[in-house]
Amino acid sequence: MSDSIDTTAAQTADALPPPPKQGRLSTAWRELKKAPLSAKFGLLVIFGYVFVALFAPMLTPYGESEIVGPEFEPWGEGFVLGTDNLGRDMLTRLLYGARNTIGIAFVTTCLAFLIGGVAGILAAALSGWVDQVLSRLVDILMAIPALIFALLLLTIFGTSIPTLIVIIAVLDSTRVFRLARAVSLNVVVMDFVEAARLRGERITWITIREVLPNIMPPLVAEFGLRFCFVFLTIAALSFLGLGIQPPTADWGSMVRDNATLITYGDVTPLLPAGAIALLTVGVNFVVDWFLHKTSGLRE
Amino acid sequence: MSAKKKDKANGEVLLEMHGLRIDGQAEDEWHEIVKGIDIILHRGEVLGLIGESGAGKSTAGLAAMGFARPGCRISGGSIVFDGIDLMSASEEEKRKLRGVRIAYVAQSAAAAFNPAHKLIEQFCETPVEHGKSSKAQAEADAKDLYKRLLLPDPDHIGFRYPHQVSGGQLQRAMTAMALSCRPDLIIFDEPTTALDVTTQIEVLVTIRDIVRQFNAAAIYITHDLAVVAQMADRIMVLRYGELDEQADTEKMMSDPQQDYTKTLWAVRSFQKQPAGAPTDPTPLIKVDHVTAGYGPVNVLHDISFEIHRGQTVGVVGESGSGKSTAARVITGLLPPKQGQVLVNGEALPGDYRKRAKEQLRHAQMIYQMADTAVNPRHRIREIIGRPLSFYLGMKGAKLEKRICELLDMIELEPGEFIDRFPGELSGGQKQRICIARALAAEPKFIICDEVTSALDQIVAEGILKLLDRLQRELDLSYMFITHDLATIRAIADEVIVMLQGRIVEHGPCKEMFTPPHHEYTDLLLSSVPEMDPNWLDGLLKQRQERGVMASTSSS
Amino acid sequence: MLNLVKVVAQRLALGLLVLFAVSMIIFLGVELLPGDLCQEIQGQGATKETVAACRKELGLDLPPVTRYVSWLGGVVQGDFGVSLANQREISELIGVRLSNTVFLALIAAVISVPLALILGLLAALYRNTIYDRMVNVVTLTSISTPEFFVAYILILFFSVKLGWFPSLSNVSPETEFWERVYRAILPATTLTLVVVAHMMRMTRASIINLLASPYIEMANLKGLPRSHVIVRHALPNAWAPIVNVIVINLAYLIVGVVVVEVVFVYPGLGQLIVDSVQKRDIPVVQACSLIFAATYVLLNLTADILSIVTNPRLLHPR
Repeated sequence: MSDSIDTTAAQTADALPPPPKQGRLSTAWRELKKAPLSAKFGLLVIFGYVFVALFAPMLTPYGESEIVGPEFEPWGEGFVLGTDNLGRDMLTRLLYGARNTIGIAFVTTCLAFLIGGVAGILAAALSGWVDQVLSRLVDILMAIPALIFALLLLTIFGTSIPTLIVIIAVLDSTRVFRLARAVSLNVVVMDFVEAARLRGERITWITIREVLPNIMPPLVAEFGLRFCFVFLTIAALSFLGLGIQPPTADWGSMVRDNATLITYGDVTPLLPAGAIALLTVGVNFVVDWFLHKTSGLRE
Repeated sequence: MSAKKKDKANGEVLLEMHGLRIDGQAEDEWHEIVKGIDIILHRGEVLGLIGESGAGKSTAGLAAMGFARPGCRISGGSIVFDGIDLMSASEEEKRKLRGVRIAYVAQSAAAAFNPAHKLIEQFCETPVEHGKSSKAQAEADAKDLYKRLLLPDPDHIGFRYPHQVSGGQLQRAMTAMALSCRPDLIIFDEPTTALDVTTQIEVLVTIRDIVRQFNAAAIYITHDLAVVAQMADRIMVLRYGELDEQADTEKMMSDPQQDYTKTLWAVRSFQKQPAGAPTDPTPLIKVDHVTAGYGPVNVLHDISFEIHRGQTVGVVGESGSGKSTAARVITGLLPPKQGQVLVNGEALPGDYRKRAKEQLRHAQMIYQMADTAVNPRHRIREIIGRPLSFYLGMKGAKLEKRICELLDMIELEPGEFIDRFPGELSGGQKQRICIARALAAEPKFIICDEVTSALDQIVAEGILKLLDRLQRELDLSYMFITHDLATIRAIADEVIVMLQGRIVEHGPCKEMFTPPHHEYTDLLLSSVPEMDPNWLDGLLKQRQERGVMASTSSS
Repeated sequence: MLNLVKVVAQRLALGLLVLFAVSMIIFLGVELLPGDLCQEIQGQGATKETVAACRKELGLDLPPVTRYVSWLGGVVQGDFGVSLANQREISELIGVRLSNTVFLALIAAVISVPLALILGLLAALYRNTIYDRMVNVVTLTSISTPEFFVAYILILFFSVKLGWFPSLSNVSPETEFWERVYRAILPATTLTLVVVAHMMRMTRASIINLLASPYIEMANLKGLPRSHVIVRHALPNAWAPIVNVIVINLAYLIVGVVVVEVVFVYPGLGQLIVDSVQKRDIPVVQACSLIFAATYVLLNLTADILSIVTNPRLLHPR
């Protein structure tokens, strides 16, 4: 067998790599254009909410808890969406509500990820007793339904925004821990992590440089889902009168305060509830698309 | 046999596929994976479909049943089975053919048997559901077939659940299941790939005999040329979804026409230049009476061997023989329970975490799956650069220059590859990157764990040549772990044969391949299929004379 | 078989251990209270004497472990202590409400479990069809919606506009069965809508996962009829995932009732816990939490054991 045939064949068999990809931005843009309608809708909703949350003071006609007219004024001039049970402008409170409700949920989710994510990755990377202790602790915390646990803790610690944030974040971090640990475990057993260990790398380098970049897609998706969950939990607690307290404008408590209007066939109390639903739907649509993309068509 | 083959060639056509095109879906887009191939099969003929991974051979084989896996679609061509047009046939019509007239034997029997039902229940449902026989008749037939396929305790083995039976036995039980309705055509999809060589041979023999007994036609799909040479009357070589060459087996083996086919045949011809006798008085690596294992179970029992400078020690054995565990002990991932590992006569701490950076640097590792051995989120620059900065403190222009040198060394163009991610490389290129990463540490010793097993033959050959060249240039020592004797023969200076955690034979490569051998080495060596189409018959005759077959078939 | 018994026994023991740990968290969580329960109750008007008297009355002067043991001893016999708000026996408060909540959850479960399983199965079988895509969008929307939003929409249409059902589901022990069902329709529908979406998605995912197994492909390649493939090959292996889906969602139901009961002013355990949190009636909150948590733990334990029992590998060991 002549050597020349051998090498040409070897090259053709082995030379199939795609060319290096173009910039990330242009790839992202192309992906976006291919995205399904639901995901585009979701993105639009998210951007809309972020805009409103950021610029609420400039968009609103009145102050956040300013009493501007009689109670339960109907929709009309002056008060586009009427007034609430204390005579505050409904539209103003709805816009400020975006800022408060989303802001608090966002901070809570970030905190939950900080706690749960770090603990989960460390548990996977260190394994042994650290993993055992953390996992058993999380098992027990998760054995109590989150909402019930939150109610119990709120009874004990009282209802203020910082306690609310910490309580929900800690409870939710258990879920983040589970996911972060599970996906990290998949990465930790890979040969490249073993190679890094055998090279003598420190645990911080291994977690940050080797593990973290590989678990970002599921963590990002989880962030979206957990945000929805936290957002809904806080809304539910506020609705029950145990979450964000007056006079702070918040969608959950707005539903509660104005619920009586429903019995007269007035849809106003549904507006803040709808605002909550719309955002979570939007986020879920985007996450669904993202999961679909990153898992490569796998279910 | 050749007389019989002539009859077949003139026989009635059973299956005719023309211009077969199949698309596969990736990233929301359809790509053609089978690009217009023709397959004609006569009654009683065994056709070997061979090709490397991704050649489209399994997909083409399944198309003979009018079946496309989810994410695939048959997009063009004609498929006619015994006068029935499968392209226009309804699902119901195709269903009535499947299992009855065309049967399928899957690659992994362990996954293809339903864990919830007994073997014999799964055997019976095809004939019973298709109204071919009663349950009692089917059961009797199952026992008969189990017996003919040389399964142990054929009257009762069917009443076990799949997880209660060994892999080789399951594969035979699946062949029995395929025969339950005496099909005209059986499609074997890599039926022995998941098995060890010594098990493989029994399955090969039984499959071949039973196919002959029932005069069924078969499509035998595999990537292993030597296997297909034993099984098939005619061979088709597929490449990138197209037909490369086809001919009768003997002609194909003795006189391949296409360049690509020729290289496939030639692949096993590589032979390294033997290194001279070791010159150093103390061995570079000495594994000294090591016993190791997981929990209370010992995987290695009192192992000792040495590796000298500039030498390659091949470690060969089947799955579970402890060859990879031995590597884990040397690297320090698994501290030994007894014994120790010495480098240049100096004992290493058992746990890698207790070893000095310098000790870690000198022993590097290359893995079987290059895909998982490099971080997919790092660029080549980082992958190769990290050991350089970590061990040798290089940075800036010096680092850059060294990375380029290393890329040159592994025959990849630095300018083109340095900023790529591993996902933008082929399998062989990734394995080269792993080699470069190991070299970056400037080690004395590299453990190669099945480094060519996941690669196609030609690519594997390239890797072996590269390793050989680097060894000569850099005076490296290799511990080369593999289950493949052909690879060992090509690259090793010394060979260690392992069985159930013990070394059964140890010696220079040349001696190892010339008798007399240890009994197990003999079995292992003789079980590796050879290119000669008459090899299996010859071996069987030989073994029958010596009565070896009887003892192995009960395993 | 012995192996199976051993595994099940292990799980049961583990479940008991978790229950024990949960009861401890619920009881001892109060110890984290800044200050003292009595100080908390009496507020600013508290004097040293009244606080001390109160502490004595509630047994707060005893060490926590002693109090925990006597509390747990009482709980096991159905004695949860006395409410701080109205000095009534907690077990008395809970009794009727618990049965109301169970009634509501049962109605929701009876409707939602079969509905979700069938719809989820269909979505899995007709994957990537229009039906499947619609299901995806609808269920995603549904799980993203707060329960009270669904509840108020139902009230708006079915009770305010159409007047078919009452917007308040006040039932009392005297209310007869069908009247109870009638009044519980709207809250049960609300729960069903939310739970069905979750359950459907999970059913779909696990069935699709199952249908991708090589043995299902094998069954298809053996030419078995589709119904046979589903019934004989998919179903026996589907029990574990399906049971899991059902149990997870039943567990979800018991949390969902809290909000729904408040919207419809339904006299159940959820309503009670919310009222008690507002009054900071800690013993009642503890009792309710314990009941909710215990139900949750037991449901998960059931799922665990059922999936072990239906696993052929454990049923027929080597």
